[in-house]
Amino acid sequence: MAVCIAVIAKENYPLYIRSVPTQGELKFHYTVHTSLDVVEEKISGVGKALADQRELYLGLLYPTEDYKVYGYMTNSKVKFVIVVDSSNTSLRDNEIRSMFRKLHNSFTDVMCNPFYNPGDPIQSKAFDSIVSTMMVQAF
Amino acid sequence: MEPHEEKPIIYTMENKPIVTCAGDQNLFTALYGSLTQQLPREPMEWRRSYGRAPKMIYLEANFVQFKEELLPKEGNKALLTFPFLHIYWTDCCDTEVYKASVKEDMQRWQAALRLHGSVDWLIAVVESDNKKKNKTNILPRTSIVDKIRNDFCNKQSDRCVSLCDPLKESSRSQESWSSFLTKLRTLLLMSFTRNLGRFEDDMRTLREKRTEPGWSFCDYFMVQEELAFVFEMLQQFEEALVQYDELDALFTQYVLNFGAGDGANWLGSFCQPVRSWNGLLLRRPIDMEKRDLIQRGEASLLDLRSYLFSRQCTLLIFLQRPWEVTARALELLHNCVQELRLLEVCFSPPVFQTCLGRFWAVFGACFRYLGLPRVWGVLGVFRTSLGHISDKSGVFLGCSPYKKLKEALSSVEAFEKHYLVSVRSLGDPQSAENFLLDSLKSYVSESWSLPLTHTRKQIAECQKQLQKMDEYLQTSALLASDTNLSEEERRHFCQEILTFASQTAEGKGQQKDARVALSMSSVTRLQELCFRPSSALVHVSAALLLELRLCSLMPVPVTLEHISASIHFTEEQPGSTAQKRAAQNPDGTVTFPAASPASASALELCEMLEHSPSDNTLSSAGLACRNMHLLMRRNDSATSLDTPNTALTALALEDGAQMLRASDVTLSPGNNSIVFTAPPGVYTLRQLCATLGRVQLVLPHLYPVVQYEVYSQEPQLSIQPLTVSHLVCVVVSEHLLAGLPQQVKFTILTGHYSVKKGDALQLSNTDSMPVLHSSTRSARILSSSAELVAESALSIQSSEKVTSISLPVTPPYHTLEFLLDVLCHIPSCPARMESERLTNGQISHRTRSRTRFNSGMTLIDQKVSVDCPWSIYSTLVSLTFHVPFKVKHSLLSVGRRKFIQVCLQNVSDTNFRLTNQTLTENQHTPSLELLSLNTTTHSLVFRQQCVFSVWELRWSGVSPVSLHCEFSASFAPADAPDAALKPYRYHFTLERVSIRPAEGEQDCRTGALCRLEVSLTRLSEPSDSDEEYSDTDGLRTTRLLYEVIDNNSNWAVCGKSSGVVSMPVAAMATHKVHMEVMPLFAGHLPFPSIRLFKYLPHHASPVIPPDTDSCLENDSLSLDDQAETASLRSRGSVQSLGSGESAQPRGPMPKRQAFGPGQVFNGTQGQQVLVLPAADHHLMEVNVT
Repeated sequence: MAVCIAVIAKENYPLYIRSVPTQGELKFHYTVHTSLDVVEEKISGVGKALADQRELYLGLLYPTEDYKVYGYMTNSKVKFVIVVDSSNTSLRDNEIRSMFRKLHNSFTDVMCNPFYNPGDPIQSKAFDSIVSTMMVQAF
Repeated sequence: MEPHEEKPIIYTMENKPIVTCAGDQNLFTALYGSLTQQLPREPMEWRRSYGRAPKMIYLEANFVQFKEELLPKEGNKALLTFPFLHIYWTDCCDTEVYKASVKEDMQRWQAALRLHGSVDWLIAVVESDNKKKNKTNILPRTSIVDKIRNDFCNKQSDRCVSLCDPLKESSRSQESWSSFLTKLRTLLLMSFTRNLGRFEDDMRTLREKRTEPGWSFCDYFMVQEELAFVFEMLQQFEEALVQYDELDALFTQYVLNFGAGDGANWLGSFCQPVRSWNGLLLRRPIDMEKRDLIQRGEASLLDLRSYLFSRQCTLLIFLQRPWEVTARALELLHNCVQELRLLEVCFSPPVFQTCLGRFWAVFGACFRYLGLPRVWGVLGVFRTSLGHISDKSGVFLGCSPYKKLKEALSSVEAFEKHYLVSVRSLGDPQSAENFLLDSLKSYVSESWSLPLTHTRKQIAECQKQLQKMDEYLQTSALLASDTNLSEEERRHFCQEILTFASQTAEGKGQQKDARVALSMSSVTRLQELCFRPSSALVHVSAALLLELRLCSLMPVPVTLEHISASIHFTEEQPGSTAQKRAAQNPDGTVTFPAASPASASALELCEMLEHSPSDNTLSSAGLACRNMHLLMRRNDSATSLDTPNTALTALALEDGAQMLRASDVTLSPGNNSIVFTAPPGVYTLRQLCATLGRVQLVLPHLYPVVQYEVYSQEPQLSIQPLTVSHLVCVVVSEHLLAGLPQQVKFTILTGHYSVKKGDALQLSNTDSMPVLHSSTRSARILSSSAELVAESALSIQSSEKVTSISLPVTPPYHTLEFLLDVLCHIPSCPARMESERLTNGQISHRTRSRTRFNSGMTLIDQKVSVDCPWSIYSTLVSLTFHVPFKVKHSLLSVGRRKFIQVCLQNVSDTNFRLTNQTLTENQHTPSLELLSLNTTTHSLVFRQQCVFSVWELRWSGVSPVSLHCEFSASFAPADAPDAALKPYRYHFTLERVSIRPAEGEQDCRTGALCRLEVSLTRLSEPSDSDEEYSDTDGLRTTRLLYEVIDNNSNWAVCGKSSGVVSMPVAAMATHKVHMEVMPLFAGHLPFPSIRLFKYLPHHASPVIPPDTDSCLENDSLSLDDQAETASLRSRGSVQSLGSGESAQPRGPMPKRQAFGPGQVFNGTQGQQVLVLPAADHHLMEVNVT
């Protein structure tokens, strides 16, 4: 399961970042921030024709020695980043995809909340719990 | 180790498939040149097995002399040294020679090939015309070629080809070359397909055996690499790369399996500890040392990986895809680390770091190939890898904007300068700081708080090392208030500031700038500013308190020596300040928005209305952006204010400005409030500055703009009609009405003056407007914010001349209000007053009555002179009263009976009750009787309506020449009691004019001249303003113009019909004029009408501009079209008026001015005179029946 899940606004500032408490939060912030460049590169699509504009899943952004970083971008350019432990080989691409889909659904719910002001950091229990189900249980 | 030279293989990219040549060596040597040249000219389609796509391939070959040793022995898998085709060359054209030697040689060659299982051969027969000519005994039917085919090529006739005249430039030669080359290529490809296919099969078999014990990856590696080599040799780099990728994947899988517990023996060799890594060598296509190590099974994991990578890189560069190198390099890096961990290889970070150093060199080499579109991709790779290096080695590398990267890519040196320096930057804090500031910018702009804090911490470290105290303190201030840090860390940074602040300036030697200015916004947050009182507008003696609410973000309480707010004197009209204070809440607080990047960029718009100075009309309206200077500034050059460096320059303190100061303030963590007292004047708050030893915390701008005003004011008195009338009328008039008691409101703004005990207002009394006394009058004292402070009784004493109102004690800047009842008498028409001396020695202005016909109301201005205790001058207050009624009278005649009708019109908006309308005759003529025909004594007169009353005039004997009548009535508001009734009087005079017949005659006769006596009588003494006087012989006179006109042609006026008379200014002065008239008809004729005008000489400028028809002009031309005056001119009657003035054609003209209605009473109006017919010179029969 994921070790860090982040939602990044269109303007590249974090709306939501949650990581497993066992490891340094800072490290994940760096990881996610760094991944934004890869996202940028992927969506700019220079050199290769974008196969499907409707494909929101960006795939593996980059691997590090410890983690694999996956990306997803909504049509409104909100980015989701999921960081997975590299040693966790059991996770397939499809599972990552479904995680993103779940995340996106929950995010849509948050946006539908009339009391939520778009652009603010997400503070939602429902969203939190969805993220929790996808995170590695800290033990 | 054996020297490489002994091996026949040269491992360079110049490798070509080997083709052996047997037979006539001299012949081949002659053909060699053109053969190697022409073979690669045309591509051949290579069809592949296993459904792989066919490829166009350009063939080349390395032609070597045939030797037995070249043929591969059984089990030798080397493909590179494998001879793919064997050619036998001969130019024999003689059957004899063929049979004798060549055939034998060929058979030997064939046997050798067959021994080694090689089926790829070709016999080339070169035919030459030169040789044929010499040999004449050639049989044309069976050539040598046919013979050879017969002998060697059973069923494979294509294995023998002939080449005609290869060294000649003929078409036949060309043709034969072409077919020969095609054949050669086809055979070569067939050989490739066959041999490679077999090789691949073998290789696959070998791979299938990988689960068997004793299988070695290294061996397999060598086999598959052989295949890759061949593909490379055939320029099939893609295919070659696939071979390496397959090897890579296989190895990776093994390592992963090993990690999962599925170990293989051969992996043991890779598990040895890493002692060194020599890095990558991409200059040579094949790193033979590594390859040897692998071949011997002695390679370490890193050796294998780097060899594999170098081979892949080589192929990628051949494929012109160098950018993949960087991506793969990154992958390699990760894989290596991962695999080393999985294999539990001992690994020390320094080794890794040196490895990385070499790794960068690889990058540097690769970058030179890169084009710009890929730069971002590279950057992405970069960031990731660098991010991880920073994790590993504690070194941070900043990501850099595009421009810098582009520059970096321009040369290896620049690249190193920009990126590699950071890797070693632990020793160079200066460059490290720059990199960190760069990355800080990106974190700030994207508001990533955690990395921001971390980076800032590193910056602080660098700045401390560099002894950049200003910057360091600024960073420390930011860190001290950073909640992402632990309490301990924050305390540390806070302490750094405090320590610096407490250091004396001498301790630092001769430092010219002893004070350090820091941005206050980093340490505290200005939340609110609160004015007490809330209006932020007070007078001088009152205290205006200004409370600042600061939220300290420091972890510990900080004692400030003083905190001051600099204020700027604003010279603006008080009106505009209200606009400026728009940000202020009604309760006097100004809330400052929390600083956030989003709010900073928002447009702050305000409305702009411009009024023209002359008539105050709106001349332009628009919107203005207040923070344009922030929004419009260039983004690239000016850095964000959050970066401490630039913020410092903006922290210039405004010197010489006035300050609000509070000393010894302790800012405890959380909310604090600081109170200032404001000096007088209109001020705008500009800066906040807190002093803490050598450190100053400065807030350079306060936004929104905050203004306050402490003002001084002179006392003022105003008297206004009380708008809310005590009458319960439908319509409340805002006018003061004359004749009724009215309330006026006195308002005194005390200003800076404090009303002491015994202070009194002195009102000069006038007869026409007495002040009415009422016992219970009280004054209200209001504070400046309109709150009721006190209410105290007012004592009014009045003497003959003066009414004195003693005021209650009132503090300054308060309002004193009280009401006073006044009554303005309605003057009997026309209003007239004696000039009188007022008690205070001033000549009072005469009360004036003026008539405004447009409003229909007569106005009476009453000037009240008030002596105020605060001033030596009297204040003159004007009150305007409105006369509620307008009265007209008219004389009505029925035969000899006369009636007087009085019409009273209510011109006010109030309904009135009218009683006791009486008409009296002032002279008490005994023979006269006024008989009231009015039925009711009480009547209601509604607003804007009339009441008519009629009296019959009865007299005995001679009718009176003039009657002085007075109409009087009592009136009161409709709902007021009888006690409120006030009298209203109206005077008027009736007069009589007579025509007397000529002397000696009883009656006037037609055609006979009669004398007309016009008697003009002044009934009243005129007021000085009404008429023009002229003093002649010490007698004040008024000049009147009279005119006798008969419009009905009943009379003919003989002689002068008009003239000017001088009326003495005295009542009852009478002027009689005699003239002659002739009646034209007999009967009861009405009198000729007599018109009367005021005659204004030319030198007197008239008050009212005259009408055109009221102009008496001497210039006859201008009078042509004036029918009314035409008769005057024709009779020349005017000539007598101004003989001297006729010389002036244009200039100041004498004017005639009509009298107002009611001013002239025509006594003979409606009277008739009996005219008898003329003396009967003719006979007239009168029949009386």
